[in-house]
Amino acid sequence: MSRLDKSAIVAGPGYSRWLIPPAALAVHLSIGQVYAFSVFKNSLVDSFDTSLTAIGWVFSIAIVMLGLSAAVLGTWVERSGPRKAMLAAALCWGVGFMIGSAGIATSQLWLLYLGYGVIGGIGLGIGYISPVSTLIKWFPDRPGLATGMAIMGFGGGALIASPLSNRLMGMYDPSFAPTEPGAVASGSALAQTFVTLGVVYTVFMLIGAALIRVPPGHGDDTTAEHSPGTNGALVRASKAIRTRQFWFLWVVLFCNVTAGIGILEQAAPMIQDFFRDNGTSSVSAAAAGGFVGVLSLANMLGRIAWSSLSDRIGRKPTYVMYLGVGAVLYLLLALFGSSSTVVFVVLAVVILSYYGGGFATVPAYLKDLFGTLEVGAIHGRLLTAWAAAGVAGPLIVNGILDRIGEPGNLVASDYRPALLTMVGVLAVGFVANLMIRPVDESHFDQEANSANEDRISKRQEASR
Amino acid sequence: MSTDETTADTTTTSPILIALAWLMVGIPLAYGLWQTIDRASALFTG
Repeated sequence: MSRLDKSAIVAGPGYSRWLIPPAALAVHLSIGQVYAFSVFKNSLVDSFDTSLTAIGWVFSIAIVMLGLSAAVLGTWVERSGPRKAMLAAALCWGVGFMIGSAGIATSQLWLLYLGYGVIGGIGLGIGYISPVSTLIKWFPDRPGLATGMAIMGFGGGALIASPLSNRLMGMYDPSFAPTEPGAVASGSALAQTFVTLGVVYTVFMLIGAALIRVPPGHGDDTTAEHSPGTNGALVRASKAIRTRQFWFLWVVLFCNVTAGIGILEQAAPMIQDFFRDNGTSSVSAAAAGGFVGVLSLANMLGRIAWSSLSDRIGRKPTYVMYLGVGAVLYLLLALFGSSSTVVFVVLAVVILSYYGGGFATVPAYLKDLFGTLEVGAIHGRLLTAWAAAGVAGPLIVNGILDRIGEPGNLVASDYRPALLTMVGVLAVGFVANLMIRPVDESHFDQEANSANEDRISKRQEASR
Repeated sequence: MSTDETTADTTTTSPILIALAWLMVGIPLAYGLWQTIDRASALFTG
């Protein structure tokens, strides 16, 4: 038995479950850096003497690899346990930065694609799902709160990485002033920043791996007492993906993410365009940058706030809110968003908080539907919806806007077709959510279910 | 694990260890939040 195995990390009596969220956060805060990748864009374009599109591929590869690795390796993560998975994620993430740094230092872009994009992306996928099922098992009474705390960290990671990276680049290249428009750091400073981040994130994630424990009795899945879904379901990942419920929820997540990305991708130019009159916007570039910051906060806080609320009001009503109220807010944004900046900002903030909430609540929804037997592996497969939405959202918005005019010359009414399309996307998700019913018994893992029922009744007898 | 077990919260883990673990993640998160709020304030002043 390795010290990394699930059986070796069973919590002793009295081990506090409040050590598990910081362990999970150590991983999610680290991998959340990916959403701050844009901070390197200008410097990388300059360093490689290439286009923004070529550098943009680094991020796209990482996100696609996140979705693919979460889907393909979900079952391995579930069976190996959180410590081994966190270690693998830490190594992939750290090595990804190192290889990326070598690529920058030697001006070989393919090494950046391979390192940060492919290997780092695998670290993202493993890291994202690694603590989720463990948190649900530790907090069966508040799964929304527990997963909300971790997934909030993914949003928070970008908030840390952006200023931290700018500071590091400024430290390694004193001529780099991040506040100046178009400022670029030298290739050497970029390479050193990547090494520093790689080391810091690896250490941070390893501390998380050292802290993580599985609850007593969960060292072996075949003998563990699992929390069934709301109708007593315990479903394996291979069966779950053959249920209508999984695919309805896939559509729900896809629609929620697609709609949110529609605003996130365009946030800064969008607020300026909405308040453009006679070619001049009343919103300055600095204020537009501030708007992006406000949306980042809404995205992060929505993850913990709405996911916790879902423990009280239920998962389906929470998604009715995300998708139903979200669609109405999108409609209001399209029709009345240009009436005042306050109205525009308030509507966008609530929409983005629903976007974050959708990510954070979905593991608890899966737990309600399929039980905790292989919830981590099922979650991994569901994240392909995120990867797909990451492509579809910007394609829809950019495609529509490109046909209407050029960036910098658009006005509020030009956004209406894109925003109304998003209302339609959210309506599709709304209907898919309403179609979700408890999983039919024919999909239950009968062996696991009956063994689990025996364990529960034995424990109840013993406690009488 | 049952809900009864988890909500009992009888723990032998040192409160100092729990506090340190939360500080480890709380301090960087607070730094990121502060920096973002600082940047976001430009929306109201810029």
